[in-house]
Amino acid sequence: MDATFFMNVISAGLLTGLVYGLMALGLSVIFGVMRVVNFAHGDMMVVAMYAAFLLYTKLGISPVPALPLVAGLLFVMGYLLQRLLINRFLGATEHIQFLLLLSLAIIITNIVLMVFGPDARNIQLDASFESYSLGPLILDKVRVIAAFTAGGVAMLLWAFFRYTTTGTAIRACADNPVGARVVGLDVEKLYAVTFGIGAACVGAAGCLLLLLVDVHPHLSSDYTLLGFIIVILGGLGSLGGALLGGILVGLSEALSGVLISPSLKSMFSFGLLILVLLLRPQGILGKKP
Amino acid sequence: MNSALLTVDNLGKSFRGLRAVNQVGFEVPRGDIVALIGPNGAGKTTTFNLIAGALPPSDGRVILDGHDITGLGQAAICRAGIGRTFQIVKPFAGLSVEENVMVGALRHDNGDVDKARKAANDILHLLELGDKATHPAQTLTLPDRKRLEVARALATRPKLLLLDEVMAGLRPVECDRMVAILTGLNKETGLTILLIEHVMRAVMALSDHVVVLHHGEKIAEGTPAQVTSHPKVLECYLGEDHE
Amino acid sequence: MSLLHDRRAQLLLGLLALMALVPLAAGDYLLSILITVLIQAYLGMSWNVMMGFAGQFSLGHALYVGLGAYAGGALFVHYGTPPWIGAIAGMAVSVLAGTVIGTLGFRFKVMGVYFALLTIAFAEFTRVLFDHWGWVGASSGLFLPPAANASADNLWLLRGSATMFYYVALGMTVAAFWFSRALLMRRIGYYWQAIREDQDAADALGIDVFRTKMIAVLISAAMTSLGGVFLAFFNNNLYPESIFSMHRSIELILGTIIGGIGTLFGPILGAVVLTALGEGLTILGAHIGIDGVKQIAYGICLMLILILKPGGLWPWLRSRLGLAGGTR
Repeated sequence: MDATFFMNVISAGLLTGLVYGLMALGLSVIFGVMRVVNFAHGDMMVVAMYAAFLLYTKLGISPVPALPLVAGLLFVMGYLLQRLLINRFLGATEHIQFLLLLSLAIIITNIVLMVFGPDARNIQLDASFESYSLGPLILDKVRVIAAFTAGGVAMLLWAFFRYTTTGTAIRACADNPVGARVVGLDVEKLYAVTFGIGAACVGAAGCLLLLLVDVHPHLSSDYTLLGFIIVILGGLGSLGGALLGGILVGLSEALSGVLISPSLKSMFSFGLLILVLLLRPQGILGKKP
Repeated sequence: MNSALLTVDNLGKSFRGLRAVNQVGFEVPRGDIVALIGPNGAGKTTTFNLIAGALPPSDGRVILDGHDITGLGQAAICRAGIGRTFQIVKPFAGLSVEENVMVGALRHDNGDVDKARKAANDILHLLELGDKATHPAQTLTLPDRKRLEVARALATRPKLLLLDEVMAGLRPVECDRMVAILTGLNKETGLTILLIEHVMRAVMALSDHVVVLHHGEKIAEGTPAQVTSHPKVLECYLGEDHE
Repeated sequence: MSLLHDRRAQLLLGLLALMALVPLAAGDYLLSILITVLIQAYLGMSWNVMMGFAGQFSLGHALYVGLGAYAGGALFVHYGTPPWIGAIAGMAVSVLAGTVIGTLGFRFKVMGVYFALLTIAFAEFTRVLFDHWGWVGASSGLFLPPAANASADNLWLLRGSATMFYYVALGMTVAAFWFSRALLMRRIGYYWQAIREDQDAADALGIDVFRTKMIAVLISAAMTSLGGVFLAFFNNNLYPESIFSMHRSIELILGTIIGGIGTLFGPILGAVVLTALGEGLTILGAHIGIDGVKQIAYGICLMLILILKPGGLWPWLRSRLGLAGGTR
């Protein structure tokens, strides 16, 4: 195991981590604005991955160009879910919200299971076998594409919250829902848009992750947990934090995979989560409450 | 002055450099009713929270009955003999009125539930909530919730009762009832009371002694009659032009 | 008041008598379903002490199930230790784990959903640990040897027929019910509920909040791990993958939330409803013959109950039956 090998492992972990980060961004946005913990997050992720899979196998649209389509689909799904279902539970206690999203997760996963069956699916692009050489570094082409696209989507999201009227209005709702209502904002609609955006992040992340891993329906709870770990690490409600958390988890998975044992990699993620919860519960980049 | 039940000495609190309470000192004599008044933002509730242990003081000391209780937590200070109410009422919403008060009483008699229930009912009768004992606390109206706060604090058998704006939101008749109840308690059991109050007619009717805070500092103290004619007090309540 | 109270007691005794007589008439299938109901009710009641009474949200109770199951199972496999002795070890380990989680969580002020995530993290952490621990069979599992004489019930070694397991589960459930009731009627029960409703106000009334919450965690952990011992000896096999899984943690709390969190009878009612729902849908699913339909319908039913009766089924049923119960 020489230095080049480690550099390669580290860069692969870093690139995958950016995609994880994009997925977790969705979770972070939804929690940051509505204080709803989306326990169906991983299930949405699996839906997105299968949607990208279908678009590729049936229509020949590869995941990166399919990204806007899948993100759009997930946006609609998130928007409707919030409007029709989740909105009436916004003030409910945590365990009630948890159970609501859990039953949603059960329904989604099993619909996916019914349609696609339990087997793992993957796609092979021409680019899957190509790689870039950067000095001694060898980077998988698809991993680079996925990471850069994820970074781009995250930047778009940041610009949206920063510079658009809707984005500003959503931030106002997050800060003070009552005040937002008083100044005449349609809070329900903004919440629905927020949930839609959160879901769209998952849609984009799902497309990109399909380039890197196989998909099967039972991945959903793993992705939900992964999302939690990442946002807690980075700080709930912080966009940069979600990306940073994603990168950290990507790195820790990649490194513990080669250094110790691949099956132990989740233990390190959970260990990291416990540490952060105790030492810096607001997350690495989160603000103190 | 050695008979003072509570001595607040040079108490101060800073929030990120902002001085909310500065060098506040006063005494609450045993068996008296003392009022803490002042305009909004004068630091009354912060002072209360410092005494009750909800916040740790930045400097100064709090002495209860000869024991230094400075910096103890809320629970320890309650056990030392200070019962408090919250300005924004905090009933145990899912429990009945009786159970709310029982929680306060259970620390005594080795946690005997039947005795606590009896004690709770006695206190509820005193505060005219006896007929609502079995109601869930969340169904109470605001005036009743205020009374429940007082009842719950009384159930801990405090030496000193801290009341944070228990008259606010009460109609004049209800306010007079509360004044009568508190005066009765004070006369019959010798309970010492320190209260924050905006309703001046309650302050006038109740208190033996008034302490006035402004911008986190004590600007005057004395009998109700003395402080209401005190020039500094008039100034801060009515503006500088008043002469 | 006392008449209504009597009626409640009569109902309970009647139900208990009926349950005691069931094995005389029931076949193995019904018996196994009833054992499932009872053990789910038992575990639900164990969780209810911590969440329902004291308001501390644990989503990692599979940890205590697993620790109990493995302590009882592994000691039996390696040394032939009777499960009731192994249970003591299991409870001790669970109490220790609960102490660590509770102390860290409460001292560092990890609250609400964050506390729930902390409990998940500990459960998952332990799952991976057991996956790699050879002494307990690692990921290939731990298997309890079947009884030498299958026809004889040995209560001390917990080897025997379904009927014996049924009575053990019934006994545990009744004991847990009685214990929960006793807790709720004592000072600690009132203190827990006060903390659940408003921790700050409870603190101001002189309650030692940390200690009171810890007691809830420890009692809940010990009770849950005893359920784990039962599961180990009833199923005869243990895999970290399943015993420590988040799915088990979720399964464990579903019945209590559906039945009515914080109530005494809610966990039992919830276990009955969910098991009946699950079995009913399995039969229905077998007729339709499509994979996944059962789970989808299950999810929809959960959602419907949540939308229609967010406080749980028991508080609603109780008022329909005209039973007293006040806030519980």
